[in-house]
Amino acid sequence: MIKRTNRWFDERLGVSGFVRTALNKVFPDHWSFMLGEIALYSFLLLLLTGIYLTFFFQPSLKEVVYDGAYAPLRGVEMSQAYESTLRLSYEVRAGMVMRQMHHWAAIIFLAAIVVHVGRVFFTGAFRRPRELNWVVGCGLLVLAMANGFAGYSLPDDQLSGTGLRIAYSIALSIPLAGTWVAFLLFGGEFPAESIISRLFVIHVLLLPLVILGLLGAHMAILWRQKHTQFRGHGKTEDNVVGSRLWPSYALKSVGFFFLVSAVVALLGGLAQVNPIWLYGPFRAADVSAASQPDWYVGWLDGALRLFPGWEIRAFGHTIPAVFFPGVLLPTVSFGLLFGWPFVEARFTKENDRDHHLLDRPRERPVRTGIGTGVITFYVVLFFAAATDVLATVFDVSVTGLLVAFRAVLLGLPPLVAYVTYRLCKEANALPDEEVEAPVVVRTPTGAYVTGDGHHTGHGGNGGNGGARADGVDEGDGVAPPPRPDVH
Amino acid sequence: MSRTSRDERRTERAIAVALVLSAATALGLAVVYATGGQVQLEGLLLGGSLASMGWALCAWGKHLLPAGPFVQQRHHPAEADPEQEPVSRLVDEATGEVSTLPGGGADTDGLDAVGRRPFLVKLLMGAAGALGLAALFPIRSLGPEPGRTLFRTSWRAGSRLVTEEGRLVRAGELEVGSVLTVFPEGHIGEADAQTLLIRATEDDLRTRPGRENWAPGGQVAYSKVCTHAGCPVGLYQVATRELLCPCHQSLFDVIDGARPVFGPATRSLPQLALDVDDEGYLIARGDYDEAIGPGFWERP
Repeated sequence: MIKRTNRWFDERLGVSGFVRTALNKVFPDHWSFMLGEIALYSFLLLLLTGIYLTFFFQPSLKEVVYDGAYAPLRGVEMSQAYESTLRLSYEVRAGMVMRQMHHWAAIIFLAAIVVHVGRVFFTGAFRRPRELNWVVGCGLLVLAMANGFAGYSLPDDQLSGTGLRIAYSIALSIPLAGTWVAFLLFGGEFPAESIISRLFVIHVLLLPLVILGLLGAHMAILWRQKHTQFRGHGKTEDNVVGSRLWPSYALKSVGFFFLVSAVVALLGGLAQVNPIWLYGPFRAADVSAASQPDWYVGWLDGALRLFPGWEIRAFGHTIPAVFFPGVLLPTVSFGLLFGWPFVEARFTKENDRDHHLLDRPRERPVRTGIGTGVITFYVVLFFAAATDVLATVFDVSVTGLLVAFRAVLLGLPPLVAYVTYRLCKEANALPDEEVEAPVVVRTPTGAYVTGDGHHTGHGGNGGNGGARADGVDEGDGVAPPPRPDVH
Repeated sequence: MSRTSRDERRTERAIAVALVLSAATALGLAVVYATGGQVQLEGLLLGGSLASMGWALCAWGKHLLPAGPFVQQRHHPAEADPEQEPVSRLVDEATGEVSTLPGGGADTDGLDAVGRRPFLVKLLMGAAGALGLAALFPIRSLGPEPGRTLFRTSWRAGSRLVTEEGRLVRAGELEVGSVLTVFPEGHIGEADAQTLLIRATEDDLRTRPGRENWAPGGQVAYSKVCTHAGCPVGLYQVATRELLCPCHQSLFDVIDGARPVFGPATRSLPQLALDVDDEGYLIARGDYDEAIGPGFWERP
């Protein structure tokens, strides 16, 4: 039956050859290669849960008086956006779990992308010929951040309204064009009437479409160029060693989708996220202490707090203080991120050939040092977004904390970078014997001999967790001969 | 030979005219938009521009480029090798004879054939650019002209102060050390008009020159919009008489003209000049004398 169906389709489409090569495509196994999959799967979950939410959410700032199930807010005037978010949370069956899954999936989506970028960076997977996919991936990161921000601004609650107010001020701060940018983006002076409906279209249509397109390109390029792999027995610049798409990789991958979904479902059901009913509807004149954005915007908020108040006023014009941390810092940050493969290639001069074998981070002390230093910089900024909370919890003055944070922001990244650099150097200087443990092999006659590593797959320089982590020698510990990728 | 080349030249000229027409109508569309827009004209000009562009491309493809016929073998799904796309070949219409294209393939050949008319290519780019430019104009519809909007609030001379609930504020009702969010009467909740009314003692206030009458009875009013990133400066610390912005922890000294004493803000909160009307209610003497809130390019 299946055979006949297959034949029917094949006689009409003639794709069996392509499908056969596709199913035989080899993917290298390593736990760190699943980080991108987490991002992909959380995006799928965002689409699924998001579509459900659009059936109930009303992107309107029309004022209504609440008369719903959540007693503490009854009789309060609020926008339809806020009211419909309350309703879909409390009165739509399964609405709350969908909404919280959506928010958790967004949090995980961004986290997975960031860690995935880190993996690609520290292993040098962005090198020629993959610069293009690095750029596409960075584009996805920016779009994901933008869409996350647009999404949590939709319910028109006090917290997100404050975030929008700050975003408006940042747009306003752009030299020359800022006022126009802010007015065209929001449709007038803050809080403009149309902002929620605009953000809605941007959030559910415009950005998801672009993200889908880039995601397709990201995967197509990956497919075309084939995945990188760590060094190890039988792995060269000319082959791919791992499991085939069908059946092993596909099953594992689909299974992994269910696992990611399970985590999101558990969080969505058990862990409260963005309880907008506690923040209240947005009022321009209200604000609450401890206003923090979602985690991936935290570094920007921290920068706004830490950056000194430099406002340039000259020739009848102003360059506002928020321009430097709010516009310049992100521009420079993403500029460097997008451009890294090209910057690095200028110094290493390694772009004369393709790189399909990954670096181990320690083999690249400079890159790894810069990477950890930069990460430290943004982590410090992230924590700086919580200065008020930290001051309350640890009972210290906000003033002192701010000064301390400024010192740490400037001092810690270079220190971390240098220490990382030294550690990498030291690790590289260690003799290799240490990791090449003797391997015991059982011969067909039942005797045990100390192998030379060649027969067991424990060859190479044995790093990255050994061949076992590569998945080459699942099962009995004896590696199958590496299969060349046939596509 | 001479006949075809004359025909070709005539076609080229027609295409050039069409492309120029396309560019001109596109620019006309932009002008119509900029001068206020008119639906019939917009339709006509956009249609005209697209039609000329469309006709030019079709004519170019039909009359100036090698049109074949070419023949390509079908591959039979079941046995075909997907990697091996059948090559297209040229058919001689008279004899039905099939020959491979000169130069090996059609792909580079086709590009060359287009590039052989650099003048038309330039015109095409120009027309496409004009259309793209005209398509950008409607972005202007997304928002009103900023004008002086950011320099003004709803406060007017004689505006009575009301609370968020709409209650008028009497002079002296606020106790020393307390604070109240107020709006101009009839504009409750307006983001840029939100103002903090604070009662200090008159002796404490360090009044700036020119503001001597602005705080009757020690009742002083400042814009509630932070001059850093625009959050409401919501927390009043009575002991130190400082206003704290909860977003980025800018601190303003209420006694000293709401001067920023800590944090990222650089400008004092603008002060609203107050007065007391005949009925004993607090009123404004006028709008703020400077733009409230965060900075922007046009702000002096």
